Amino acid sequence: MAELQEFWRWTEYTWNNPDIDWRKAKRISAGIDVGSVSSQALILADGQIFAFSNLRTGSNSPDSAHKAINGALKDTGMELSNINYSVGTGYGRVNIPFANRAITEIACHARGANFMAGPKIRTVLDMGGQDCKAIHCDERGKVSNFLMNDKCAAGTGRGMEVMADLLSIPIKEIGELSYQVDKEPPPVSSTCVVFAKSEALGLMRSGWSKNMVLAAYCSAMAHRVSLLLGRIGVEDQFFITGGIAKNPGIVKRLEKELGIESVKTKYDSQIAGALGAALFADTLLQKGGA
Amino acid sequence: MIKAGIDVGAKTVKVVLMEDGKIKAKAKVLSGFDQEESAKEALEQALKEAGLSREAIGIIVTTGNGRKAISFAKSDVTEARAAALGAVFLYPAARTVIDVGAEESRAIKCDAAGKVLDFAVNEKCAAGSGAFTEAMARALEVPLEELGPLSLKATQSIPMNAQCAVFAESEVISLIHSKTDKADIARAVHDGLSSRVVAMVRRVGLDSELVLIGGVAHNPGFVESFKRTVGLDDVRTAAEPDFVGAIGAALAAAE
Repeated sequence: MAELQEFWRWTEYTWNNPDIDWRKAKRISAGIDVGSVSSQALILADGQIFAFSNLRTGSNSPDSAHKAINGALKDTGMELSNINYSVGTGYGRVNIPFANRAITEIACHARGANFMAGPKIRTVLDMGGQDCKAIHCDERGKVSNFLMNDKCAAGTGRGMEVMADLLSIPIKEIGELSYQVDKEPPPVSSTCVVFAKSEALGLMRSGWSKNMVLAAYCSAMAHRVSLLLGRIGVEDQFFITGGIAKNPGIVKRLEKELGIESVKTKYDSQIAGALGAALFADTLLQKGGA
Repeated sequence: MIKAGIDVGAKTVKVVLMEDGKIKAKAKVLSGFDQEESAKEALEQALKEAGLSREAIGIIVTTGNGRKAISFAKSDVTEARAAALGAVFLYPAARTVIDVGAEESRAIKCDAAGKVLDFAVNEKCAAGSGAFTEAMARALEVPLEELGPLSLKATQSIPMNAQCAVFAESEVISLIHSKTDKADIARAVHDGLSSRVVAMVRRVGLDSELVLIGGVAHNPGFVESFKRTVGLDDVRTAAEPDFVGAIGAALAAAE
């Protein structure tokens, strides 16, 4: 019998920089972002990115946080006790036993975005697993205003996972496949993911290809997110964090709708929260671990 | 003259045949993919039950989300109008009609003639409709018709944080993992649905002369939870709640 494939599942991984000798570092700080869908841990050695992990969140926050930090520590020779200061963030931030402090993910994403994409970033869109936030920040990555949708799966990574499962298409391929259509179809009309599922099935029964359904779903999602951004306003420069930033099916359609390009960097967009948390940890450490 | 009312719903198509203000026959079939085909099938079933031929029908009026999709109907009426007409016909004292269907729900304020005075509708989101309980029954691995009775066995009230059906599904799964009793989860599911519905009722104004209609009114867990949430000791539930809209459409045909 064919093995049950989980199309929503994205690749979990860990990374570290072999050129950094953490034993020589004066400050080791860590950020742990326990999100609703994914968890990341990131370690800074003297303010430089040394190692990180990007894993799926389990059924409870403390275990997910341990799994994430152990993932980042893997193959580095470093142990949890070597970390001088750590900050937790994300949905499960108050449930991270080894963190010295918890800071909201909005502050952390803005700070992380500032590091990743530079001080000119003014608008950060964090497209997470179960929420979506539009954030304004200043040249130091300090939040000046934000809006979020955390009530509804439409416009979140979870909504995209549901569609991946429904159409049996690996989530990583959705963006590219959504452009393999002769003509861009109209967006799906349902906002609600539950109804969009029925609508997608109906469209396929009426002869639409899977790629067309993906295109219609991606453009509906891009439109929904653009409405959230429209309420706060998009100020240049614009940067997208979170898992959906890796999906060109959403990103390009959103950029087209907004008429503005987002800044692209070499970093994994999913580490922004953990990176921001680690940067806060590093600052707090320099202030004497306040 | 026989008048047919067809309620083309998101999940089921209901047909009611009426003559001289009396119900002659009823039929219900799944909407399936082809709503028109399902409407024909339901109509034939009702005709068979009444022992009538198709020619006996004088006029056909549709309602429901597929009401425009039925080419053989004479005209259509909105769901709110059909619900109010049907509810007041069955329960002349009813002034607030709460219709909870598979994909839509609404609260309607009406007068003694079944005329709609005001209404609020939940149509963009599964959180306030039967689709919500269906998704939760799947997550709990309980047949839909057992979800309501199961919730009545709950021993405590636990909060559900998620409103969205997609997020609530993950929450239900976490609750199962943390060994929460399924009956308590089922109650939390109905409480969540009820709070959405009651929010609509409050928008049109609560009147104690209210009647619950729509397929979800069959669910005793929802009815119990609705009573608790709205703060009434007793709530009238239509005897055959899913047919009220079709009755209303047949009554509209008479006008």
